[in-house]
Amino acid sequence: MAAGAASGGSATTDTYKESRTWLLMPAWLTLSILVLAPVSMMLVYSFLTKEFRGGVIWEFSLAAYDQFFFDRGLFGDEAPKIEWTYILIFWRSIWQAGAATLLSLAIGFPTAYFIATRPEHSRPLWVFLITIPYWVNLLIRTVSMKFLLRDQGPFNDLLISIGLIDSPLHIVNTNFAVQLGLFYSYLPFMVLPIYAAVERYNFSLSEAAADLYASKWVTLRRILLPAVKPGVIAGCILVFVPSMGSFLAPDLLGGAKNFMIGSLIEEQFKGNAGNWPFGAAASMILMTMVLILLLIYARQQARAEKTEG
Amino acid sequence: MPLDREIAIDVRNAVKRYGDFTALKQISLSIMDNEFFTLLGPSGCGKTTLLRMIAGFEDVTQGGIYLYGDEIENLPPNQRPVNTVFQNYALFPHMTILDNVAFGLEMRGSSKADARKRAGEMLELVQLSQFAARKPSQLSGGQQQRVALARALAPQPKVLLLDEPLSALDLKLRKAMQLELKHLQRETGITFIFVTHDQEEALTMSDRIAVMSAGELQQLGSPVDIYERPHNMFVADFIGETNLLEVSVDKIEAGRAICHLGGGHELTCNEVAGIGVGSNVHMSIRPERLFMSDQPAEGESLHGRVKENIFVGTDISTIVALDEGPDFIVRTSNSDRGNKRIFEPGTEMFINMELGAARLLVD
Repeated sequence: MAAGAASGGSATTDTYKESRTWLLMPAWLTLSILVLAPVSMMLVYSFLTKEFRGGVIWEFSLAAYDQFFFDRGLFGDEAPKIEWTYILIFWRSIWQAGAATLLSLAIGFPTAYFIATRPEHSRPLWVFLITIPYWVNLLIRTVSMKFLLRDQGPFNDLLISIGLIDSPLHIVNTNFAVQLGLFYSYLPFMVLPIYAAVERYNFSLSEAAADLYASKWVTLRRILLPAVKPGVIAGCILVFVPSMGSFLAPDLLGGAKNFMIGSLIEEQFKGNAGNWPFGAAASMILMTMVLILLLIYARQQARAEKTEG
Repeated sequence: MPLDREIAIDVRNAVKRYGDFTALKQISLSIMDNEFFTLLGPSGCGKTTLLRMIAGFEDVTQGGIYLYGDEIENLPPNQRPVNTVFQNYALFPHMTILDNVAFGLEMRGSSKADARKRAGEMLELVQLSQFAARKPSQLSGGQQQRVALARALAPQPKVLLLDEPLSALDLKLRKAMQLELKHLQRETGITFIFVTHDQEEALTMSDRIAVMSAGELQQLGSPVDIYERPHNMFVADFIGETNLLEVSVDKIEAGRAICHLGGGHELTCNEVAGIGVGSNVHMSIRPERLFMSDQPAEGESLHGRVKENIFVGTDISTIVALDEGPDFIVRTSNSDRGNKRIFEPGTEMFINMELGAARLLVD
């Protein structure tokens, strides 16, 4: 076979190249239709003029970005000041998504560790159990959560009936409710990558640490965590990014006060009242910010590896 | 073995069960201070389980383990002053070699600077100073092995446990490391408990060997004891090459047992307690204790015919068929071949041996 390929030369090489092109087609199609096309469309729309009943007029305009960053007064004729409204919404989104990520990590890491340390044959069952609630539609899960956490809901009833509290806790319409909602929406995205990392972890490293007089806590911090860091980071990214753009949990659990960037974008495309270019611009800004955050992280990782190596 | 030495590790009636499976059946043994002690046996014999029980990674189902007189079986591993060299080394992949070696010292409360200084000295001892800043993955298997050794020795444990540490190395490196380990043990004066399935390794390195099989202690003794005077079938068969023969005991007189080999051949062995007249048992004769000659010599002699010669480097193995009896392997050293005749296949000859070369075995 090898000799044939070598002497037969270009014919086999060509078919190989050709089949490779064809085999890569699904990947290229997916990337271009599902990633490149929508993002370019959004980019183009963010630079168009808005049409009042929704939709766009095909005329270049910077109005959407201008509206996002600058306040020119009610009639648009004053000297531009910085518009804080949207920046604040952004800041709140980062904060809320960050808190939800930490909450997911705090619950997800022990869960993942627990699953990864079960006997091998029972691990798939545990993973399966983790994913079961996610077969239910996100909207229904979020609404149910609101119902459960209400002032007169089952959660408060339970706490009162066992005498832990006297009057109901106000959870719905707080920042915490939003964090709780986001946490519950994306928990498997935290658990699964960490589980995969811990499963690959060589537990004799933990034994070696214990053998060298390290306590359980030190072993976790100095041996296990560094080893499963890629899984933890993947989990954090997978929870943080969709949380940033999420609108169901903030809308249903946070109320009007706790508006997040996802809700802002959603509103621009809803019914006839929206502003498509503005929504597109906000989406672009959100995407750029997430990309910048990831790039900063990637550069730091590369630098850390360089100095360590 | 001198008796005035202190007992480093005392295992008393230790039993280990996993559910219905008994990995260790009532093992008792005492490992002396400053001893190079080896647990030898095939895989699944319980040797690693026993080592892990001493390290604290496995709990003891029944019985006790004592370290210099103190009961330790209830202490977690990080509170036992013993260190382990793991089979796969288990070096911390994200730390430098120096930090790996310093880890145990730091955990024992040394300042970072002190720990690193001492770790540097340990690396010098195993001749790896120039690799201090590297990561484990940048080292060869043999180098990683020595780092693991330095890391385990750095906190000056009372006992060092070694779990088949040489099994991943190639033959040449393994031989070199065997000597290095032996020297390290003498230099540091630390008690070594070494686990291996390689009988040659065990014979080369150990002060004493415990041969284990199926969760039981088969024989405990010096390498010479174990090799020359195996107690039972398992030990004789597991350690070295031997001629294992089924024999029946014809008569016993004056501490000697006359045994019948079949085909009319007889051999005299030392009497063994528990083996009486008429019993069918096994006999072991080491191939190098046999000599070939044209004539029967004083002592024991058997008549046979050469079947085949096999050249094995330092020796020649000759397979001899006794007249209407079993086959024997005779090993002749190549070192003084000039003085010895080579018996070509088909030659009739005698196998001679000293009295005592043949040993009766308990099954």
